[in-house]
Amino acid sequence: MSAASACFHCGEPLRGSSLSVAIDGHSQPVCCNGCLAVAELIAGAGLIDFYRYRKSPAARPDEAALEPDIWAGYAMAEVASQFVQRTGETDSVTLLVDGLRCSACSWLVEQVLRSTEGVREATANAATGRAHVAWDRSRLDLADIMRAVAQLGYPPHALNDASLIQLQQQEQRAALKRLAVAGFGMMQVMMFAVSVYAAEIAGEVMDAGLLALFRVASLLVATPVMFYAGAPVFAGAWNSLRLRTVGMDVPVSAALVLAYVASVWNTFRGSGEVYFDSVTMFVFFLTLGRFVQMSVRHRTTGVTDALARQLPAFAHKWDQGSVRDVPVSALARGDVVLVRTGEILPVDGELMDAEAHLDEAMLTGESKPVRRHAGERLSAGTLNVQDPIRLRATDIAAGTVLSHVVSLLRRAQAQKPAMSKAADAAAARFLRYVLWGAGLTCSAWLVVDPARAFEATLAVLVVACPCAFAIATPAALSAATAQLARQGLLVTRPDTLEALARIDAVVFDKTGTLTSADLRLTGCRTLADQDEHRCRQIAAALELASEHPLARAFAQAEPLEPACDVRTVAGSGVEGIVRGRRYRIGTPQFVAQLRGAASPAASGENSGTSGAGNAVEAGQAAAASDAPGDGDRCRRPPAAATGPGGQDRRASHAEDFLGTEVSLGDETRELAVFELRDVLRSDAAATVAMLRGMGISSRILSGDSHDAVAAIAARCGIAEFSARCSPAHKLAEVQAMQATGRRVAMIGDGVNDAPVLAAADVSIAMGRGAALAQVGADMLLMNDRIQAVPEAVALARRTLRIARQNLVWAAGYNLGSLPLAALGFIPPWLAALGMSISSVGVVLNALRLLPRRADRPGNPGFRLRPLPASPAAAQPSQVA
Amino acid sequence: MNILYVMVPLGLALLVLAGWAFFWAVSNGQFDDLDAPSWDVLRD
Repeated sequence: MSAASACFHCGEPLRGSSLSVAIDGHSQPVCCNGCLAVAELIAGAGLIDFYRYRKSPAARPDEAALEPDIWAGYAMAEVASQFVQRTGETDSVTLLVDGLRCSACSWLVEQVLRSTEGVREATANAATGRAHVAWDRSRLDLADIMRAVAQLGYPPHALNDASLIQLQQQEQRAALKRLAVAGFGMMQVMMFAVSVYAAEIAGEVMDAGLLALFRVASLLVATPVMFYAGAPVFAGAWNSLRLRTVGMDVPVSAALVLAYVASVWNTFRGSGEVYFDSVTMFVFFLTLGRFVQMSVRHRTTGVTDALARQLPAFAHKWDQGSVRDVPVSALARGDVVLVRTGEILPVDGELMDAEAHLDEAMLTGESKPVRRHAGERLSAGTLNVQDPIRLRATDIAAGTVLSHVVSLLRRAQAQKPAMSKAADAAAARFLRYVLWGAGLTCSAWLVVDPARAFEATLAVLVVACPCAFAIATPAALSAATAQLARQGLLVTRPDTLEALARIDAVVFDKTGTLTSADLRLTGCRTLADQDEHRCRQIAAALELASEHPLARAFAQAEPLEPACDVRTVAGSGVEGIVRGRRYRIGTPQFVAQLRGAASPAASGENSGTSGAGNAVEAGQAAAASDAPGDGDRCRRPPAAATGPGGQDRRASHAEDFLGTEVSLGDETRELAVFELRDVLRSDAAATVAMLRGMGISSRILSGDSHDAVAAIAARCGIAEFSARCSPAHKLAEVQAMQATGRRVAMIGDGVNDAPVLAAADVSIAMGRGAALAQVGADMLLMNDRIQAVPEAVALARRTLRIARQNLVWAAGYNLGSLPLAALGFIPPWLAALGMSISSVGVVLNALRLLPRRADRPGNPGFRLRPLPASPAAAQPSQVA
Repeated sequence: MNILYVMVPLGLALLVLAGWAFFWAVSNGQFDDLDAPSWDVLRD
């Protein structure tokens, strides 16, 4: 596929679209009505600079989200009041905006909101993915705001955890103030201290009055530094003492209090040493360390926000036979809700269909799907892993969903990587020795030379602070996590980086990883004089309820009407009733079964079905009776035509055809055969080559036909591959590899990959894949650059190396300096300097993991790129 | 060197002033987002 056939707006292949939009006098092609609408909106508002400054193509707008109607629910006062803060005539809301990828995106959102009549204030922050909007209540409502953002192709989610946001903001502001006080204070005190030291070194005697002035001024400056900026340190020490443990803050506080009290005493006495410089410097570096830690913690919360976004904002409401998308908040008790395969249940409710298979791991931790029967209560937040189901809402429990979000946030914040935990434990042991050592030093010096006892004890307490040791690992890990996030890889579990550095095998699931997520419908052979358009419409109706990559290939056709009694059979296909007739789409064998004697129960039951309402109930019994393997939690493998039981007769006699064939048939005959093809990602081959260069072998485990997989493998340079794998087979293969001592990273995107992803040492899910896979994954790849994976492995390896260097350096420093300080060779100011330098050295070493400024991909704020005359050559891809 | 008896207190006063200004800026959200505002000046 040439570059000219990529969509101007989203960069995805055009797929034969002939739509175009006029941008800056040039006609640019777009791939769908959604992109067309957004691009026209942007051009119409005079904001085409967006296309000039953006770093990556925009997300492809979901046409459903562009429908203005689905936001109408937010106009209701009782819904809006959950999200909106009210001050006088002004309402304000914080929105989590999907797809805010770069500064250009946030600029666009801001500009559009600000140009809306009635909006008073709008800020969007690409780093946190949040937008804050305030508007005049008499002129706009929440629905208008959501609609304005959604029309740009960025689906907004209203946040009602305003308290959490405010808490973080307050914390950040307070920390910044403390840092400023400590920083300003340190500089001032240093100014006085350096002039005193300079006089000493030059051998001059300073005027006594001036010296006193300097000391009083230092005292005045050091006091707020000590008690305002240093307050969290003392609070931490007090807490750990109350719990009868020795934390890092205890010796630090002891040293600070000793040094400060002695300095104050000597200042008023007018003789002896003052240590205000050491005190302020120490507090400054402690505050700096805390500030960095806090920023990392807030960023992790951002990642869990991404996970929380998995909770549905909308539900498919079943309304007199048709399905309407409504915000979850607009649902009422008793509403009937459709939950498609791979979706999360939006509400607590009673199951109306015969049975459902649910993954309740989010609530119970049990990863095996649970089978539920009609009438049972299902919980919001669980995942529907098999057939689409309907449930009657019993609880619009904002509480249920909210508590779920909170537990997610807590889990992410409570977990600490094993490496950091080990370092913390070592530091805690070391601290006890430090306190003993300080006591010993003090008593020894009191015997030998009482005059020097104070200084030496102080030096021991300060110099031995294992701060560098404690931040050695977190500094490296957080720098690496930040860098990965910049490349579009989100780390969701703290131990992932360590595991990623050690992998030696990568397993790809073909569909959606090596190839782009969407299959392309390349041909349609109709049989028995059928109209091709009508066949597509039937197929679209059947696949409407499915989230499988294959289903999207049919999405372009207008479905006849929503199919009812839809049943998904793992590895085979979909069955359902459209306009009173029962159809099957999937493997030829599966489709043939419908017209043969394979399922007499089904054909007998369905002879008289005509209306949608009756058919659903009648069909359920039949569907339940012939549902295959309940133990098989997974749906069809990536290509329905080539499931474990399916025989791919057609693909074998068309040798040059390397795609997938899907058959459509009714109870009497076969109607059509659809040809679907994969599109290979442009960087797939480079990815495999990079992995090989790092000593990591690649392997494909796919459910597709042998020929299709072999072709992909050959193009990527992968020697090892297995075709026609069922989910269970994939799992067994991965476990077999692990049994031989290999560490396996699995990259997948489909619902059927979830158990395999869970079994792999590191699991990476493609961000656009089905929701189910993302929930269990250690890492999420948010963009289409699969090459980010080998880069991440290289980064993880460097991270481990740097963390190890940091630990060795910090341990060496602490063990080496302690005896020197105890023997009195190190004055307190030098001890403070040494402690600070060792900490800063560790952080600087970790910062090597971030790219140098010059290496960063063009900072668009300073370079104006001309608008390309031809559409962006973003992702030239090849047809497999 | 007597001028220092004036300059040092003056310096401290300026320090207090600078600290107050910074606190005011932080409380007004000037430091909440250090990324996006650089874009506003390009085109408004």
